Amino acid sequence: MARNGLMIDYEYCTGCHSCEIACKQEHNYPVGRGGIHLSEIITERPDKSLRIDYLPFPTQYCNLCLPRTTRGEKPACVKHCQAATMYFGSLAELAKLMEARPHSALFTPI
Amino acid sequence: MIERGSGSRHIAGRAGEPDSLKGDPMADTDGGVQIHKMGAWSAGPGCHGGCGVKVYVKDGKLIKVEGDEDHPYLQGRACPRVLAMPQYVNHPDRLQHPLKRVGERGEGKWQRISWDEALELCEHRLREIRDKYGAESVVFGQGTGRDAGGFIIFLAYAYGSPNWTLFGLSGISCFTPRLAAMHSVTGDFTFPDAAQFSPQRYEDPEWVAPKVMVSWARHLAGSHCTDHYFSGHWVVDMMKRGTKLIVIDPVCSWEASRAEIWLQLRPGTDGALALGMLNVIIGEGLYDKAFVEKWTHGFDKLAERARDYPLEKVEAITWVPAEKIAKAARMYATSKPAAMRFGQPLDSNSEATATIHALNCLWALTGNIDVPGGNVITRPPFGVTIYPYSTEEVIQLYGEEFVSNLTKKRIGADRYPMVKNFRAWALSDVVLEQMETGNPYPIKGLWCQTNNFLANTAQDPKRHYEAVRKLEFNVVVDTFMTPTAQAIADIVLPAGSFPEKDSVFTTGVPLNAIRKVISVGECRSDWEINFELAKRLNPEAVPWKNTRELFTQRLKASGLTFEELSERPWAMAPKNHPSGTVPYRRHEKGQLRADRKPGFRTPSGKVELYCTTYESWGLDPLPYHREPIEGPISTPEVYKEYPLILITGRRSGVFFHSEHRQIPWLREIEPHPTVELHPETAKSLDINEGDWVWIEGVRGKVKRRAKLTPVIHRQMAHALHGWWLPETDGTAPNFYGVWDLNVNQLIPMGKQSTSGFGGAPNKTMLCRIYKV
Ligand code: SF4
Ligand code: SF4
Ligand code: SF4
Repeated sequence: MARNGLMIDYEYCTGCHSCEIACKQEHNYPVGRGGIHLSEIITERPDKSLRIDYLPFPTQYCNLCLPRTTRGEKPACVKHCQAATMYFGSLAELAKLMEARPHSALFTPI
Repeated sequence: MIERGSGSRHIAGRAGEPDSLKGDPMADTDGGVQIHKMGAWSAGPGCHGGCGVKVYVKDGKLIKVEGDEDHPYLQGRACPRVLAMPQYVNHPDRLQHPLKRVGERGEGKWQRISWDEALELCEHRLREIRDKYGAESVVFGQGTGRDAGGFIIFLAYAYGSPNWTLFGLSGISCFTPRLAAMHSVTGDFTFPDAAQFSPQRYEDPEWVAPKVMVSWARHLAGSHCTDHYFSGHWVVDMMKRGTKLIVIDPVCSWEASRAEIWLQLRPGTDGALALGMLNVIIGEGLYDKAFVEKWTHGFDKLAERARDYPLEKVEAITWVPAEKIAKAARMYATSKPAAMRFGQPLDSNSEATATIHALNCLWALTGNIDVPGGNVITRPPFGVTIYPYSTEEVIQLYGEEFVSNLTKKRIGADRYPMVKNFRAWALSDVVLEQMETGNPYPIKGLWCQTNNFLANTAQDPKRHYEAVRKLEFNVVVDTFMTPTAQAIADIVLPAGSFPEKDSVFTTGVPLNAIRKVISVGECRSDWEINFELAKRLNPEAVPWKNTRELFTQRLKASGLTFEELSERPWAMAPKNHPSGTVPYRRHEKGQLRADRKPGFRTPSGKVELYCTTYESWGLDPLPYHREPIEGPISTPEVYKEYPLILITGRRSGVFFHSEHRQIPWLREIEPHPTVELHPETAKSLDINEGDWVWIEGVRGKVKRRAKLTPVIHRQMAHALHGWWLPETDGTAPNFYGVWDLNVNQLIPMGKQSTSGFGGAPNKTMLCRIYKV
């Protein structure tokens, strides 16, 4: 079976936190634990302007929403992402999508 | 998965699921899970966005909320607050029964009573006040939560009081100023077009993506998704479709960091900036000449006014370099179509309605009104209103005579023509004054619903506290015990969250049905509470058997009953619907005016750059800038002592105003009441990340924890509003820590704009910051 992963097109991640709460709700994770953790990365461009990036990192508690995807649903985080900027699929499919996305990251949590 | 047209579906339990699925509500093995589709609304997430959700219920208990992929608004996406609904609905601290105060106010001694007793008590005390002093002696105060305030105006009018207000918020400085200005200038409200009018959304062949979106005083991180009428994350959808951004914000927001042009203006100077841009667009002839000629009124006079704002002057006022302003003006004017979304900080300009007038001139001069991808005229769906946004709607709901009689005693209407003529609010600042002075008539009671003014809504909350604690009878209706309820209530009534009630969402493009599918304790919907009490106080005003019947009557223009809408559970008006609620170019087609002639719904039939309505109200018919009440220009002496500009009220994505501090998943994301500072500013003040600091202004000081971030301007500080600590002592004098944390203590009342609407100076006070 092809291995699956999560791809984030972080050009468009707004840092809205929906993925984190969607995951907590889906798995009923308590405070202090979650399947995905959002980071904020602020860097200065050569012209001194700021670039703000957000990147959600799937933790050891991410099981890629196996029960949901087995039922044919999207993972909870992917479905609810307000910027629609998270993708679930096989690594081959995701790698293909990444070709046209300059700021993207692929995760294989399991 | 779920067929359209069916609001609910029963999912049978599946046997023999593997262990790994335990804890997954969908994989439940012992019983059924019900899935109900409906609109989401406050209470729960807060917001007025209008999305559709699926509510999962098992054994009568809410276990999960997901986005509804068949609803065109968000296509299944959802905000963190609605996804945290299980923790909100099932929270152990939810108010679940009516309470009666048995100790002194603020002592925290409450006795559980029945609904009958509670309503009986309310009826009795309210009748007593009405008999003795007149119905106008009771103020009905709302905030912005739950199904907005339709049920509050309903109760106030049934009782006979004209004094329905956004209690505590100076100048009603949230949305009303923007609405009043657009209504006066254009005759309608115009919001950015993200294809929200079409169920096909971005696939609708008539729609085109704006070439440019101006985000003026709005940011996405705190957006409540669609954010009422202001696009929210639809902006990202449009960016993916080629839309470029111009961002106007003192803070470097995520959008600012993705923008073609970012103008980092000094707070409170939006009016000057808009006039500077108008000056460039007019001076360089970049405006839409055909549209201006045919559809606008007073161009020459506006041009003359704009000439008072040359760029060097505007640069000095706004702190934005002249060449950047020119570049933004040119880009906006030459990219067609262009849309603009505009936030609450505009309502906080000293002359809010003049500022918004200037913005409205920008999208009028560039011909971006009611065109695909521009700013489109937005009316209530099918013409159905439950919550009235304008005087016309109030009259539609209650009749002209009734409204004009009430207006005679409405607080503030005599002093402010805009307050008198646009929307039926009593003016918050004058309400407070009248509570204190008893002139021209005394105030004896407060019905406080969806409002936590001690922690949030009010400027100068101590003044409000002192005024309200002297009243004879106060009721608070809420979902959790709040500082406000603890401090001033005699009766506390428990309200339900959205899946606990029937309601209709009419304040966006779709009509959404909300349906009661669960119960929590004895909580009731705000509509039900007010319906029952109104019936007791004035049976004639309540001819319906129940709220569903009331909703059905209101829904008439849509041709749907409440039950029919619930089954769908949303509806959008078709193109060319006679209510004129679907774009585009309705002014050309005669779809806007009552007389069905082409043109806009203004006295001249045109967009009034020179606003004759303002003129008839004794206001300047042209836009202008007035300095904030405190600042480097208006009070240089104060500025020397208090060198930072304090911005408050920026929205958080995980909190809705003062709500959600007790929801563990959400609080985990923003655990501390912070003040944000630029790292260099902090360094110069010897402040480190996480330090407790004082924010001190001329009116007092509050405590916050420092958060250092380069997105803040070096000469500014930002403190989120609405903070209280539900985990601490709720009784007097602590009241969950509000007096330590509530930053509104630095902000005065009584500085409303000349028009009456706008002017709460919550972005522009001066402060200094030092370690505790
Ligand atoms: S895929 Fe599922 S488990 Fe993994 S982060 Fe997303 S919601 Fe959590
Ligand atoms: S839900 Fe999407 S946009 Fe929001 S933080 Fe997560 S990845 Fe980013
Ligand atoms: S903020 Fe948006 S997603 Fe959240 S409940 Fe409101 S409308 Fe729905």
